[in-house]
Amino acid sequence: MSLADSKPGPGLDLGLGWLRRGRTRRHILPGLGLSLGITLFVLSLIVFLPTAAMVGDAATLGVGGLIRLLATSRVLGAFKVSLGCAALAALTSAVFGLLIAWVLVRTRFPFRRLADAMVDLPFALPTSVAGIALSTLYAPNGWLGSWLAPYGIRVSFTVIGVYVALTFVGLPFVVRSVQPVLQDLEAEQEEAAHMLGAGRLQIFSRVIFPAILPSLTAGFAMAFARGLGEYGSVIFISSNKPGVSEIVPLLIVNELEQFDFAGAAAIGTLMLVLSLVILCVIMLLQRLVRSSRHG
Amino acid sequence: MAGHVSIHNVSRRFGAFAALNDVSLDIPAGELVALLGPSGSGKTTLLRIIAGLDFPDSGQVLINGEDNVARHPRERGVGFVFQHYALFRHMTVAGNVAFGLQVRPRGQRPSKAEIKARVAALLDLVQLGWLADRYPIELSGGQRQRVALARALAIEPRLLLLDEPFGALDTKVRKELGQWLRDLHHGQAITSLLVTHDQAEALELADRIVLMSQGKVEQIGTPAELYTRPASPFVLEFLGEANRIPCVIGEGGLALLAVSGHALAQSVEPGQAFASPGAVLTLYVRPHDLVLEARSDGPAVVRAIKVAGAFAKIELMLGELALTALTPLHRLPSLHLQEGSRARLIAAQGMSFSAAGAGGSVQFEAPRALVMA
Repeated sequence: MSLADSKPGPGLDLGLGWLRRGRTRRHILPGLGLSLGITLFVLSLIVFLPTAAMVGDAATLGVGGLIRLLATSRVLGAFKVSLGCAALAALTSAVFGLLIAWVLVRTRFPFRRLADAMVDLPFALPTSVAGIALSTLYAPNGWLGSWLAPYGIRVSFTVIGVYVALTFVGLPFVVRSVQPVLQDLEAEQEEAAHMLGAGRLQIFSRVIFPAILPSLTAGFAMAFARGLGEYGSVIFISSNKPGVSEIVPLLIVNELEQFDFAGAAAIGTLMLVLSLVILCVIMLLQRLVRSSRHG
Repeated sequence: MAGHVSIHNVSRRFGAFAALNDVSLDIPAGELVALLGPSGSGKTTLLRIIAGLDFPDSGQVLINGEDNVARHPRERGVGFVFQHYALFRHMTVAGNVAFGLQVRPRGQRPSKAEIKARVAALLDLVQLGWLADRYPIELSGGQRQRVALARALAIEPRLLLLDEPFGALDTKVRKELGQWLRDLHHGQAITSLLVTHDQAEALELADRIVLMSQGKVEQIGTPAELYTRPASPFVLEFLGEANRIPCVIGEGGLALLAVSGHALAQSVEPGQAFASPGAVLTLYVRPHDLVLEARSDGPAVVRAIKVAGAFAKIELMLGELALTALTPLHRLPSLHLQEGSRARLIAAQGMSFSAAGAGGSVQFEAPRALVMA
């Protein structure tokens, strides 16, 4: 008699015997069936069900209605602003987030722990507060805005403001995903490269950067996703002019305010599909990088 | 051309801890030298200073007469092998080996075809040609260390520095790789410096051993010199187990001290360093130099017999004194010993150091063996 067909051991009988039927392998982890069930139930309740309802709502418009709604210049403009600003902001976050992570890991300076804690501020701060703070700061009579105004650069109440707000909320994602990887990077690899005659720039570009690239892409993807969904801070700093500086989430809220639930659902569905596609592409890219490394 | 390393009065402190204390040392070109010592003895610090990865607070390191510190690592011609391999994980085996050639400035860089040929030749040298396209994570520890070695050799160093290169490997692989490294060293015009805390490894592989302790060089010599003529009790005990037998200088020579009234049946002339009678000293006898004879009236009692591979370890009590003897396993039956049986002891060789640590020592060898009966 093999272990596989022996009776279940002593323990709580949760009446989940049916889960075990037909299985030939026993798992070491207890309660696998139960925890799997709970996970799937919760996931369906809070993710799948609302999403399905939204797609269902959108479907009431029919294919023709959908196209007619989504092809308007206002909707297309909003998508252009949302995608463009989120991508640009995530890219900026990637560059400066990497720099911040590098400084936090590699250098010792006074109040470093404080600076480290401040990175999380955009996570914790209500986004509307951030939006108000940023718009005051960059307003033509604000601290920073008054410096920029003479050059004709306006940040608050323009599309640049959207970009600034999205960079603000995206930055911690990059820092927090790169930082631990940078911390774990063995100093020996850099020393080995040094002993082999590599210069500082070569050590960074050939040894350090490839090692942190996967975490940097992950941070970029998260910052990008966050940027697409960001609402609170943007509506304060942007002028929200349709087609120019109006973002998709705001457009959805506008549709809802006019009781056009199907229209809001349709725009939401398109947003969902686009986000999924983009995240899948990033994940695929990441897997490509990893698999080339691990065979 | 192999590198000749001379180290002059090098000191290095880390805060209050003196990692190296005025170390001077000469490493002849072409030799395989082991830097041996317990952890914290400063051997790795010394190696890193020679490599240029760390800098001395005072003193100088010269390679072929030139100060190393001012030179770019590319011109130093020093290869370094790390304990934990430090391979570039995102590069293939071939990519790792090629790295040192690829990062050369354009004028000195070999052509792509040349690099490819060099990498192939190096991988053949370390017998890993078939793994060229694999990534480090797919290799075993021994294979990774061979890749690290090929990578270090790619820049054609005059001096190869190895920091505990076999420390993370299991015993069998460590021995094989050690022998293989020795053969490799002798096939190249290169000076090799190997840091290890394993005295067996140092004794087996090195042409010369530098034994370090607490930031100072204790003794330099060939493995045979260090083993047979250690300069201090530290060297003697670091290179292998030894029984410590307290003795006193009697009128006729050495006598066992206060071991339940047992005196030495045959005494030994002490060296001149021990001229004063009545002086107490410690006699060091290695377990394999302690010969046993079963005698019902013998002074020693067998406490335990443990078989450890080719040798049997016999634990004895001589009065209050615990001793260990080692005998080849095949000779154990002919000794007729069991736990509790009594025996006579003969120390075939022994050694002692003057109390003042002046370096004077007494040595005796068969047939003038010490008989403890």
